[in-house]
Amino acid sequence: MELTRRQALGLSVAAAAFAITGFKSGQAFAAAEDSEKRIMEFTGGKAPQPGKITLTAPEIAENGNTVPVSVSVESAMAGDDLVQSVMLLADGNPNPAVATFHFSEASGQASATTRIRLAKTQNVIAVALMKDGSAFMDTKQVKVTIGGCGG
Amino acid sequence: MAQAKPRVKVPKSAAAGEVVTIKTLISHEMESGQRKDKDGKVIPRKIINKFTCEFNGAKVFECDLDPAISANPYFEFTAKVNESGSFKFTWVDDDGAVTTDEQKIEVK
Repeated sequence: MELTRRQALGLSVAAAAFAITGFKSGQAFAAAEDSEKRIMEFTGGKAPQPGKITLTAPEIAENGNTVPVSVSVESAMAGDDLVQSVMLLADGNPNPAVATFHFSEASGQASATTRIRLAKTQNVIAVALMKDGSAFMDTKQVKVTIGGCGG
Repeated sequence: MAQAKPRVKVPKSAAAGEVVTIKTLISHEMESGQRKDKDGKVIPRKIINKFTCEFNGAKVFECDLDPAISANPYFEFTAKVNESGSFKFTWVDDDGAVTTDEQKIEVK
């Protein structure tokens, strides 16, 4: 079979497009895998369950440089029912780690608010580690209009 | 950079056992280490990497910060107060500089 000039051109464009998108999704996959690994390290190999923890983040963030996020975990904050720490991750950032909060009995409640940077539209993940070793997770997708990592 | 200036909001008084909300803000550029200057060189990372809050010497809240925290890091968290005393806030910079602030609270 002989290719016409038009067909050949079309094929090479398609191949190039595939190469570009293939590369991009590969990168995103690597970041997601990295966050997964960090979660496992944080919980000591335990898969976090949904529930108990609530992550609040805007659905659309116009400016990725400062996105307000809050986490709160249902807990009596006494005895064994104590939230030890909460880790925040952003799986589409060059480095997915965002922050880790450490609570104590004197915190009264396991809740905290801060402002974070997001490079692009991505998932923000919050993982809570309880004193009894159980782990809980919540995820929110945030659409970012202007990325906040510069460069 | 000029001395980082912290701003902390703690209620002046509270009932015993009350859970109070504390807000903190400190001016800091939080250079992420991802940005490049106009010559294409990477600007070295310089962030606050640790924030702690103590009440009368006991740990209340701590945070490990990564470069994804916005410039002028802001934190809002809670503390349970059973007695009068003072909160001590500490911010630790990558270069080792430590900024502290203290706020008193009266329990009625």
